[in-house]
Amino acid sequence: MTTAHAAPVPTDVEQVLARAQQGIGYWGRVWERLRADKVTLVVTAVLIAIVLMAVFAPLIATHDPMTGSILGRLKGFGYQGHLLGTDETGRDIFSRLLFGARLTLVSGVLPVVFALIIGGLLGVVAGYFRGGVNTLIMRSMDVLYAFPSILLAIAICGILGSGLENTILALTITFIPPIVRISETVTAQVRTLDFVDAARISGANSATIMRFHVLNNVLGPILIYTTSLISIAIILAAGLSFLGLGVTPPDAEWGLMLNNLRQAIWVDPVLAAVPGVAIFITSMSFNLMSDGLRQAMDVRV
Amino acid sequence: MEIFILRRVLYAVPILLGVSIVIFGLVQLSPGDVADLLIPPEAPKEVAEQLRQKFGLDRPVYEQYLLWLGNLLQGDLGVSIFSNQPVLGSLTSAIGNTMKLAVPAAILGFALGIILGALAAVGRGGWLDKLLSGIAITGVSLPHYWVGIVLVAIFSVTYNVLPAQGMGPGGVPTGWEQIKHLILPVVTLSLIPMGVVSRLVRASVLEIINQEFITTLHAKGLLSGRVLLHIAKNAAPSVLAVMGLQFGYLLGGSILVETVFNWPGSGNLMNLAIFRRDVPVLSATILALATLFVLINILVDVLQALIDPRMRR
Amino acid sequence: MSTAIDQPRQRPLLVANDLRKHFPLKGKLFGKKSVVQAVDDISFEVHKGETLGIVGESGCGKSTTARLLLHLIPPDAGEVVFDGKAVAKPDGITPNALYRQMQMVFQDSYASLNPRLSIAQSIAFGPIVQGVPRKEALDRAVSLLERVGLAPSIYANRYPHELSGGQRQRVNISRALAFEPKLLVLDEAVSALDKSVEAQVLNLLGEIKSAFDLTYVFISHDLSVVRYISDRVMVMYLGKVVEIGPVDAIYRAPRHPYTQALLAAMPSMSPRRRTEKAPLSGDPPNPIDPPSGCRFRTRCPFAAPVCAEKPPRLVTQAGEDPSHRAACHLYDPVAAHPRAQEVRHAQPLSA
Repeated sequence: MTTAHAAPVPTDVEQVLARAQQGIGYWGRVWERLRADKVTLVVTAVLIAIVLMAVFAPLIATHDPMTGSILGRLKGFGYQGHLLGTDETGRDIFSRLLFGARLTLVSGVLPVVFALIIGGLLGVVAGYFRGGVNTLIMRSMDVLYAFPSILLAIAICGILGSGLENTILALTITFIPPIVRISETVTAQVRTLDFVDAARISGANSATIMRFHVLNNVLGPILIYTTSLISIAIILAAGLSFLGLGVTPPDAEWGLMLNNLRQAIWVDPVLAAVPGVAIFITSMSFNLMSDGLRQAMDVRV
Repeated sequence: MEIFILRRVLYAVPILLGVSIVIFGLVQLSPGDVADLLIPPEAPKEVAEQLRQKFGLDRPVYEQYLLWLGNLLQGDLGVSIFSNQPVLGSLTSAIGNTMKLAVPAAILGFALGIILGALAAVGRGGWLDKLLSGIAITGVSLPHYWVGIVLVAIFSVTYNVLPAQGMGPGGVPTGWEQIKHLILPVVTLSLIPMGVVSRLVRASVLEIINQEFITTLHAKGLLSGRVLLHIAKNAAPSVLAVMGLQFGYLLGGSILVETVFNWPGSGNLMNLAIFRRDVPVLSATILALATLFVLINILVDVLQALIDPRMRR
Repeated sequence: MSTAIDQPRQRPLLVANDLRKHFPLKGKLFGKKSVVQAVDDISFEVHKGETLGIVGESGCGKSTTARLLLHLIPPDAGEVVFDGKAVAKPDGITPNALYRQMQMVFQDSYASLNPRLSIAQSIAFGPIVQGVPRKEALDRAVSLLERVGLAPSIYANRYPHELSGGQRQRVNISRALAFEPKLLVLDEAVSALDKSVEAQVLNLLGEIKSAFDLTYVFISHDLSVVRYISDRVMVMYLGKVVEIGPVDAIYRAPRHPYTQALLAAMPSMSPRRRTEKAPLSGDPPNPIDPPSGCRFRTRCPFAAPVCAEKPPRLVTQAGEDPSHRAACHLYDPVAAHPRAQEVRHAQPLSA
């Protein structure tokens, strides 16, 4: 630039940008709203507490979750130091709940995370490229959609066998179609906006455009939907164990405990209900958090 | 319009084929020899040979698939390894029993859901809205099988007014003897549809109200009949879609509730089949339920298109 | 703003040759698939340093033409030639190379900016993709913001939703300029702005055109704006070019009946020119099934049987400026239009 201008051009552009007024972007506004939402904060605290309890279970547990004496089976709250009583083989329920939290959380959250990565990618690609790629991906998902969700999970676990790995596999496959569907819908909407065209006429290739222009615009709605899936995932995972399809005994897992404690109904109904309360609180917390996230992300920009 | 229906129905065919491939594929992938999975161990030699022929167990995979598919289409769903009986018979009666639960649960759940959702929308922001929304979100977060257990704990164990298990005498439920067995499972099943439908109805009604009627409503203070009709017609398509989905989930997901109450429906059948490694029964049941789900979805799409012409793609 | 082009014929900067784009419609399961004939075999040239205005009503194919020029949608037939090289053809230039020389400013100022990127990031994105080092790209962004009248200390780190429509459009212009292009396509770039803001942006466009030695293709449905900014004007109707020529000739002596009607419909500041009856009758025809022959014949007061048989060619009028051409049988001696005599002695419209 050899022409002289009236105002001197600043030499260090980094400095200029550093000193320029900072605007508040979308995620900034979301964060502000989240911080102000009391319900979401409380719920998040609850969830963090649950996760910590699961992580530090060996330190917090009062008894060994695997051993128990038949003589002390199905005793009520507070019996001989058992905070929440004993189960059908005499093991301490409280300790089993703590260790069970690990398996329940893992079998609930991990599939959703996997499904988000795989399904999100498939959906964004399908939504961005449209045409043949879109048809291929979406029609394949339609086949999986033909199964009511729990049926698919049961089919996989029932036919292939139970266990933690199969449970995670089954739930991941169950959740991929809905995530693909929402990713595709949102991506297709963003695709029609002019700034994507503007990015195309900058010479960027599709991968770059998806990374810098599509992803940061579709992540919001996809994340909201995905967090709401976690609450369902936990109920489903526990449900699978309840049916004998998920985690196998003698491992502690909330759904499995619920099934085993059913016989306690005739002895001490309250005992039978305990694992379900844990499932309920966790699932409810994820649900509320997802709702809070949705409200926070509903920023009119 | 007719073309739309035709296209929709035709489209279901490749989907159902895909479903059958998935199930067939799962069976093939399952650990162990496929022959062990399909032929009852105590079957006499000639029967075993017959079955081997029918399933083409020594032929290449795709031929086996075609044979299996052919058998299916002729109504032959295979033979139970456990009971040596053809699957079709026990399957139809099982699905019938599940319907006895699913239909009332759907009606109850949808009716309550619509009422609660509409009430919440009208009283938006107020205590009624918060309470009803709380109920709805609870309904969706509760593991419904647990609720079943709790209900049994209360009504059967503690107060002994309702039976804890079983279906009671068969046939169409008319007398109290039969109905009393229905109550707890139906209420349990209706929770999730109620929760889902009420949240959706609330959101849809709010969206419609916000669109046009705010001033009118403020001025009138009440909802007149015509306004209600308009709201209903606009909210109907998406609510219908969800109801169809929920009914499908009820059919397929009843397994958990049927396990709790020992209800002899399709879910229980699947449960037993899993327990006994009875693959023919299991795969046939899953296939039947998935097919029903696809048919329900077609019905929902057609109904949607009837109500809202914009949906006729 | 009309500067006369009087230099000797040099190679045009941009040429469109027989561009065609038809969009298939999703329709019936059986039977003939219908298509929207959005742009049908149009050809035109843009000379270096001029502003070519493209006018027409909604559905005439202007926006599709813009997208064809930028190769955002590939043409079904025909080619775009930039500075002598065909785009996306062997021996020509690739679209990527084209984008370093030709850019576009879109109509919707808000939708053309990524809501998640700051202004500086949006402007710098293009150059970075083209290989410019990050610091230099940001430097360019900041100085361009300065150039279009947006103080970088206030706007560089802001987000699109924090700016007004006019400010956003300035950002869009900066974004296009960041590539240091030779030609800008402005697709209804000021149409969505308030009038006062529109005037400012138009002035800005005029300034930078001379400062950066640019060529413009200015697409709009607003006839007065096009008149103000263009050197030559091209009129489109239903996917075809119906008239093209120097701006004064078009506005003072329009030849094509459609152009005449369009201009007659313009509100005028002069109280002597009051329009009494609507210049155009009938409904705009369906772009899916355009009329045979001349597409305007269903609404044309001069329609004759020959108009239904043959599509008209772009012809000049004998003895007149050869750069002013209209696609109408009235002016084509070969067509032997029965009313051709009437227009030979037609009076030019008063200003």
